[in-house]
Amino acid sequence: MPSVFKQARAIVGDIEKYLENLDNAADIFELGINEYFQGNLERFEERAQEVQKLETENDRLRGRIKTTLYTDLLIPDARGDVLGLIETLDGVLGVAEHVVDQLSIEKPLVYDFLKDDFIRLTEATVKTVKELVVACRDFFRDPVKVKDSVAKIHFWEHEADKIEERIKRKAFEAEEITEFSRKVHMRYFAERISLFADEAEDVAERLEVYAIKRAL
Amino acid sequence: MLVILIFLSSGLFLGWSLGANDAANVWGTAVGTKMVRFKTAALVASLFILIGAVVSGTGASHTLGELGNISMLAGAFTVALAAAFSVYIMTKAALPVSTSQAVVGAIIGWNLFSRTPINFGALTKIMGTWIFSPVLTAVFAALLFFLVRFIMKRVRVHLIYQDFFVRILLIVVGAFGSYSLGANNIANVMGVFVSSVETAGVMGRVSLFSLAELTVTQQLFALGGLAIGVGVFTYSRKVMLTVGKDIYQLNPVTAVIVVLASSLVLFLFASQSLQEFLLARNLPAFPLVPVSSSQSIVGGVIGVGLAKGGKNINYRILGRISSGWIMTPLIAAVVSFVALFIVQNVFAQVVF
Repeated sequence: MPSVFKQARAIVGDIEKYLENLDNAADIFELGINEYFQGNLERFEERAQEVQKLETENDRLRGRIKTTLYTDLLIPDARGDVLGLIETLDGVLGVAEHVVDQLSIEKPLVYDFLKDDFIRLTEATVKTVKELVVACRDFFRDPVKVKDSVAKIHFWEHEADKIEERIKRKAFEAEEITEFSRKVHMRYFAERISLFADEAEDVAERLEVYAIKRAL
Repeated sequence: MLVILIFLSSGLFLGWSLGANDAANVWGTAVGTKMVRFKTAALVASLFILIGAVVSGTGASHTLGELGNISMLAGAFTVALAAAFSVYIMTKAALPVSTSQAVVGAIIGWNLFSRTPINFGALTKIMGTWIFSPVLTAVFAALLFFLVRFIMKRVRVHLIYQDFFVRILLIVVGAFGSYSLGANNIANVMGVFVSSVETAGVMGRVSLFSLAELTVTQQLFALGGLAIGVGVFTYSRKVMLTVGKDIYQLNPVTAVIVVLASSLVLFLFASQSLQEFLLARNLPAFPLVPVSSSQSIVGGVIGVGLAKGGKNINYRILGRISSGWIMTPLIAAVVSFVALFIVQNVFAQVVF
């Protein structure tokens, strides 16, 4: 029995570390995007690498959580749900990594009249993801509270959608952007950053169902 | 001794069937959801059923004795066989059935055949308990549910730790449930033989390593307990998986609640020391009556369902249970009457 308890403690640690990494990655993502739009490309690259590092570490943690849950036959009734959750959370962090990668490769031009909107968009998406982390922690300890966080997630995702649309409209209406390809480039990044929130919202909706199943 | 074993065979068969079916009421969800391994469940179940039967089995058995004091071995054999056969045909016909109710019907069949007046006092006590036991389990389960929910809201245990504690609880509660099952239901298996084996006078008291002494009744119950254990090991796995996956669909935490509620009820209706304790303080005591563990479990599931707000409850199951209260004893009484007639007139055995 003590060894089973040790395993339980280890996996609780792994899950907590996984969520902590996601939470940190969201913060770093926001800092990185800010650096990019402020023109500090060197510092942006540092942040991008940090996000990638956290993504790699979470991949490793995900593998370990999966193996432990199945080989040690833990939480047989909720195992599928927990794994589903971890897998989809991976997708969320994957979006963040993809955005910083693309920014680093494509280096889109920064237009002053769009700068604030991009920063606000990032802020709203990051809030969505950070609230998702709260919801995940509640799922493990206090599933009744998950729905409160999910409501906040819906709110921030909706905000992100509004800002995304604003950026797209401004980009396509603006005379400052003369080339069509640059307008499309702006649209692309607005959509990508907003996808971070969309993915988080998808996970939140699954989580809500898992929490109902788990609540007494 | 061999003759006794042959006559006891019908009771041992009832024991086997009890182990195969009723152990699943206690362990079904634990094993079905893979929270507890079957081997662990079978070992703990057999051991505690045996202990419960030997230590606390006499009370409920005494009540069955009040209903019909079958003093001839052939009579006891036939009554147990009739009960077993009734359970078999009703199971085949997919009717809800409980061994407790079949045994009572079979004894009434014997009463009618031997023209012994039926003890209506005892019969009312027994039938009242049948109705009362699932209701009481429902109440216990609902109260336990509120208590557990209250605690879980405050303690906020991580899902993984909760899983760890629930596994331990399932084994501990399962052990208690098995003890209560043995104590309460051994009367169904061996109760009808008590009087006749004592009358035959072939068994004496046995000393257990000079630590304790087993009375003739306790030896009978130990034998029945072993038969139950064989039933658990040979056939209950399949039933546990069916109960755990298809019928109740409980999550492990609710399983602990339902099994604990049901075990408490079986314990209350079997514990002589509790009865003496209550009577000594002029409090109303629980009658010691063998009840149906399946119906008690269903009561518990409904209790939790009501506590959750009363959605998703299949009320038709209640109708099926209450029809069983009448149908099972009736069928068993008829089977018993016919069987006694055959054993007496074809095999020339004295049955009363």
